[in-house]
Amino acid sequence: MNPHSAAGARPPAGGSPCPAYGTWRAPGARCRTPRCRPGCPQEGRPPAYAGAALVRLEYVSRLQVVSGKGGTGKTTVAAALALALATEGRRTLLVEVEGRQGIAQLFETEALPYEERRIAVAPGGGEVFALAIDPELALLDYLQMFYKLGGAGRALKKLGAIDFATTIAPGLRDVLLTGKACEAVRRKDKRGRFAYDYVIMDAPPTGRLTRFLNVNDEVAGLARIGPIHNQAQAVMRVLKSPETAVHLVTLLEEMPVQETADGIAELRAARLPTGRIIVNMVRPTLLDETSLALVREGVPRAAVARSLSAAGLGGARRGGGADRLVTPLLGQADEYAARHALERDQRTVLAELGLPLHELPLLAEGMDMAGLFQLATRLRRQGIS
Amino acid sequence: MTPRTQGTPSEESPVPIRGLDVDPLLDDPQTRIVVCCGSGGVGKTTTAAALGLRAAERGRRVVVLTIDPARRLAQSMGIDSLDNTPRRVKGIDDTAGGELHAMMLDMKRTFDEIVEAHADGDRARAILENPFYQSLSAGFAGTQEYMAMEKLGQLRARDEWDLIVVDTPPSRSALDFLDAPKRLGSFLDGKLIRVLMAPAKVGGRAGMKFLNVGMSMMTGALGKLLGGQLLRDVQTFVAAMDTMFGGFRTRADATYRLLQAPGTAFLVVAAPERDALREAAYFVERLAAERMPLAGLVLNRVHGSGAAHLSAERATAAAEALDETAAEDLDEAGASALDETAETAETAAEVLDEADGQVVDETDMEMDRPEGIADRPEGKAEDRTSGVTSGSGSPSGSDSSSGSDSSSGSRSPSGSSRPNGTRDQQAVDHLTSGLLKLHAERMRLLAREQRTRERFAALHPEVSMTEVAALPGDVHDLAGLRDIGDRLAARPPKTPGG
Repeated sequence: MNPHSAAGARPPAGGSPCPAYGTWRAPGARCRTPRCRPGCPQEGRPPAYAGAALVRLEYVSRLQVVSGKGGTGKTTVAAALALALATEGRRTLLVEVEGRQGIAQLFETEALPYEERRIAVAPGGGEVFALAIDPELALLDYLQMFYKLGGAGRALKKLGAIDFATTIAPGLRDVLLTGKACEAVRRKDKRGRFAYDYVIMDAPPTGRLTRFLNVNDEVAGLARIGPIHNQAQAVMRVLKSPETAVHLVTLLEEMPVQETADGIAELRAARLPTGRIIVNMVRPTLLDETSLALVREGVPRAAVARSLSAAGLGGARRGGGADRLVTPLLGQADEYAARHALERDQRTVLAELGLPLHELPLLAEGMDMAGLFQLATRLRRQGIS
Repeated sequence: MTPRTQGTPSEESPVPIRGLDVDPLLDDPQTRIVVCCGSGGVGKTTTAAALGLRAAERGRRVVVLTIDPARRLAQSMGIDSLDNTPRRVKGIDDTAGGELHAMMLDMKRTFDEIVEAHADGDRARAILENPFYQSLSAGFAGTQEYMAMEKLGQLRARDEWDLIVVDTPPSRSALDFLDAPKRLGSFLDGKLIRVLMAPAKVGGRAGMKFLNVGMSMMTGALGKLLGGQLLRDVQTFVAAMDTMFGGFRTRADATYRLLQAPGTAFLVVAAPERDALREAAYFVERLAAERMPLAGLVLNRVHGSGAAHLSAERATAAAEALDETAAEDLDEAGASALDETAETAETAAEVLDEADGQVVDETDMEMDRPEGIADRPEGKAEDRTSGVTSGSGSPSGSDSSSGSDSSSGSRSPSGSSRPNGTRDQQAVDHLTSGLLKLHAERMRLLAREQRTRERFAALHPEVSMTEVAALPGDVHDLAGLRDIGDRLAARPPKTPGG
């Protein structure tokens, strides 16, 4: 039995986490599954100390940008991260910039307005707020904040200038989106404390990410003077500082991994701070290396039929119930082996990218609130918060 | 295109699912454009490429337009790079007289070409060098979608191809490409442009006093916001583009109408997952609202099993039975077992050799049984105690009558049902337990996919569907695309285990 999958998300009394996989082992269990790779200090060793549950980083960036190829579960990971960071009474803000209302769907609430509202309470009293940034309202907001342009804002809207600014004007839309997130990062309350401990942004997919984040640079080049220029410069200072970390979500498949590698290269070229790689929807290990070797070498069919028969699945003789199961079951094992080999290659590629790697399991029953909390717990145990 | 129904809804499924016949759609000379849309990560690009290849090998002159910046189509078509002009794809089967061309949209290049085609030398240069233009054309929100439509219009106008297969941009909402031309059009026709073009004219009109006030506030605000220099850049750009605006609008409208025309078929691509199908449902509704002709839904990455009659519950129980037996064997592992190893291994090997040569013909017999009646009657009639000792976890008992082959003679008196505690057999038992767990997982996945699909079919009974079985790896070459094409065209839609 795999101690990782066996122990699941809930820590057993006196258990300890596998630092490489973030799952819990029962007390005394050894971490020696095939999935436990070099780099897991617990490999082959009994857990040292039950209290060492949370691995804390020295510095966690206050603006965490989450991107990835479409379909990798960016929004889910961003939301789990917002929950994971909202520990011990901390407040986090989960920001959506693409108008998809993905957060509302995930948290099973009605569509989010352009307003910061609390959507979840994390264990230990932390709070998660969410904001769906609407570029048009953000622009009016911005005009109001800096120029007190109440009536003129409406006139602008009538003229189509707001439409222009938010849909057509190069980069302006993106400055407004990133600008709003940066504003939330820097906002302080009356007592001078940060309004949010962390801001997590569910960013556009990898293909458009660098352009999205770097757009302030482009606008700063375009608008060489003026408030937009200054705003863009200020936003860029936040985005390029250690205050920001850009995480990429991937699956263990070729194209998402390739896109992750490309994305990291682009981010580095643009001098944007790269954070972590989060491998999402990792499938459980169902056949260990010994069994995979047997499948590769071509296990005797009759032996499998006898095992199946012994397990109560019909006769092992030719044409018997168990015998007839052998072909389809071995076929499924071949598929599994092919995918397993592919996943191993992709893990190697990811490891070479030189960023911390995290893995989140595939939640077979689909994503819901319970699943989100489960993923958040995994992230926390992997020392991401 | 009218949706092609298959007529007979599949009997196993409680919700009738209409089958989508891909081949008649691709073969119909009236079909001139196929648009693949869907959310990210569902295999849109691969589907578009596979459809293009299939149509070409069935005799049509096809061009595939992809807009995806990840250059995935290039990879899957085995071409090193795709530029802004269609390239002929080599290595396809052209015995039917078809051709396959592929291209990848370079939106800046497309925009530049429009400028060059519609403005004289100096003016074109002025536009191309304008910083505002450079940013706009480098691809901010909307430009990509607009240029995709522009390119589609161009390809259609060239009339060199029988069929254009389009892959849509990986937008935040995959139907942005429908909105972008309208947005750009409304902007170009809008008051703002007129204001930027000729503020004095607007201000001078009678009865426009309010607007006049708004105007000065607005130019002031814009100036404040963007900086005077950017505003000047925009004004210069707009002035230079003046003559082209009408053209943009007209072409955007023409392309939009082209999409509504009967020669166009939209295919919504999705995976059998809750979120992907939810988004697919949104596309279906949106296309209907825009009066765009929907041909059907392509459901990618659908799983099946050749052993669908074995339910997840029964497979899990059997795996547990094997695991328990293994644990017991460990406990009572003695030296005696080791001595016997060699002998039994030989016996086993003989049996195996014999069985290996066998072709199991009856496999199909039980394959199509729905999982609900997985327990076979003969299993129930058997004496349950003679089977697995640890069989408490096995719901159906064992079929011991079939154990009359050579292995049944060597059952150990300790009660283990297996021939012997040999290491080989232990390893095989361990593997078998894994196989059963794998199967249980697969069956649960099948059930989930089935539920999701039925929910969609209940919401949109009018939508025809075709399914593509999941592949273990990615598609890299024409052979892979051909395989996908075969799966796309296969009918009827499979029920789990079919």
